[in-house]
Amino acid sequence: MSRIVAWATLIFGALFFLLPLIGMTEFSLKMRRGVYSFDAYIKVFEDPTFFATFGYSLTLAVITILFGIMLVMPTAYWVRLKLPQARPVVEFITLLPLLIPAIVIVFGYIRLYNTSSWLPLTGSAIGTDILLTMGYVTLAMPNMYRAVDTGLRTIDVVTLTEAAQSLGAGWFTIMMRVILPNVLVGVLSGAFLTLAIVIGEFTMAALLNRPAFGPFMQLLGANRAYEPPALAVIAFAITWACIGLIQLVTRFSKHERAKA
Amino acid sequence: MAFLELSNLVKTFGANCVVKDFDLSIDRGELVSLLGPSGCGKTTVLRMVAGFETPTAGTIKIDGHDVTAQKPNERAIGLMFQAYALFPNMTVADNVAFGLKVKGVARAERDKVVVEMLRLIGLPDLGGRFPFQLSGGQQQRVALARALAVRPRLLLLDEPLSALDAKIRLSLRTEIREIQRELGITAIFVTHDQEEALSMSDRVVVMNGGIAEQIGTPFEVYSRPTTRFVATFVGTLNLFEAEAEGAGALRINGVTVRLPDEIEATRGGRLTVALRPESLHLGAGEVTLPATVEGLEFLGSILRIKARVAGTQIALDTFNRADAPPPAVGTKTLVSFAARDLVVLNA
Ligand SMILES: Nc1ncnc2c1ncn2[C@@H]1O[C@H](COP(=O)(O)OP(=O)(O)O)[C@@H](O)[C@H]1O
Ligand SMILES: [Mg+2]
Repeated sequence: MSRIVAWATLIFGALFFLLPLIGMTEFSLKMRRGVYSFDAYIKVFEDPTFFATFGYSLTLAVITILFGIMLVMPTAYWVRLKLPQARPVVEFITLLPLLIPAIVIVFGYIRLYNTSSWLPLTGSAIGTDILLTMGYVTLAMPNMYRAVDTGLRTIDVVTLTEAAQSLGAGWFTIMMRVILPNVLVGVLSGAFLTLAIVIGEFTMAALLNRPAFGPFMQLLGANRAYEPPALAVIAFAITWACIGLIQLVTRFSKHERAKA
Repeated sequence: MAFLELSNLVKTFGANCVVKDFDLSIDRGELVSLLGPSGCGKTTVLRMVAGFETPTAGTIKIDGHDVTAQKPNERAIGLMFQAYALFPNMTVADNVAFGLKVKGVARAERDKVVVEMLRLIGLPDLGGRFPFQLSGGQQQRVALARALAVRPRLLLLDEPLSALDAKIRLSLRTEIREIQRELGITAIFVTHDQEEALSMSDRVVVMNGGIAEQIGTPFEVYSRPTTRFVATFVGTLNLFEAEAEGAGALRINGVTVRLPDEIEATRGGRLTVALRPESLHLGAGEVTLPATVEGLEFLGSILRIKARVAGTQIALDTFNRADAPPPAVGTKTLVSFAARDLVVLNA
């Protein structure tokens, strides 16, 4: 009996997620009347704006990831090493981006950094790009921090640090040779999650008026019929590829296998 | 001139004074144990020497140089922890080579040292393994090799054997001692296990409540404990209440004992005296007391007799001999000891 209930729940859940996906995919293949075709996809790929915006978002994602790691990893490490009592506070701060809507953050940015402010970042394209990247770092922080912190939890941070110090290592060596390799899986999964977030982000990019992938998807969705679902399928494929990469990384890191 | 000199070390955490006025001098090549119950400040002393804790007061000198203000990674001190502390992402060989790599030693030289170290710890073929593929004992050996590879000036070991099972613990402590002797390295060994401390050290520091109660060779600490704490913490001990009869004699249960050395006591003052189980004998002797046998314990070659003497239960060790069957429980008998084996406790 309970087995039947379990299966029924599972099937219902699967249908709940899969049916819209299947419907969307099917619709995206019906651009040509009467037969299935990839016309909608070809249209999307033929559009130069697709590559321009995707490239732009990808670049920003990579910078976001690098900056995020540089910010989050030393912080999470230091909190574990020296300030364990401050962990709840730091965790709360990293969760704030989930509580404060992106639109609030971006309006705050525009107010603080407008052309007549002390730091007129919105006055130039590059300045706005920097602002947008910082916004992305903020958005990605909850995931990034948790991913790194989970990685740090699997090792004895204090003992390993002291062992490395007693062997003559300075902070940089400890970070690069001891801590990073051991939390790499966490860092990479955080990185791929960040990638997924940045590629699909709309609010910040649109309000800061930058040519990102999110606004492009929105624009396409507002004006076309068949291309948007095709684009959504592509976006889905990218997300799933990221998840696949996380799995792959986990699988291929030798010493991690022991912990599993 | 001692190689390592700790002078008046004090460490407080908030209002909690964990190490109090701690003095210790260690000669080159010596292995000194810090022995004491959990929480008495052993690890804190070690961490101050390693540089992970800053002393509230006092100085630490290595080879005549004051290192109190030096950073941990500048002190060239090897460490071995209770917890397995190998870098999980590196092979055994890379773990051992880590310190050399940090120092910038060339690859060929590094490889040579690694081979040498792995042979020293008896694991010459395990260089390619990862820590998770090793047993606890093997991991601790590798940790020792890693600490020794950089030729540290000092080796600090913080209960490195306490996570291992009894058999490995025994063999590894012999091995650590042999390697320490072979390399002539100065070492501090922290433990709460008195057998471990007595069996492997040149000298033992018995600690209690952040204070060094007694510093001496294992023989001195065991046979001539100076405080009641040392006497009871190290080994098994029988305590008797006694009454002083002046500076040269005391009285236990109505029997007068003439002491070989003078003691500081006023006539009629109450004293505590101690006797090791192996200092007591069955039958009459120099000082004889009546006893009743209450129990027997076979400890292999040793037979431990529990008997009631002067109102307290005492332990008496004799060699177990096949031709002399032990006395039966309930037997009234005599026990005796030599006055020179009696330890008068100051505090
Ligand atoms: N960082 C610290 N902060 C506060 N108290 C500490 C700290 N480290 C150790 N202590 C306290 O100091 C005392 C001695 O600790 P420790 O040196 O680890 O003892 P041992 O190694 O002999 O078991 C303990 O009561 C412990 O709670
Ligand atoms: Mg300790």
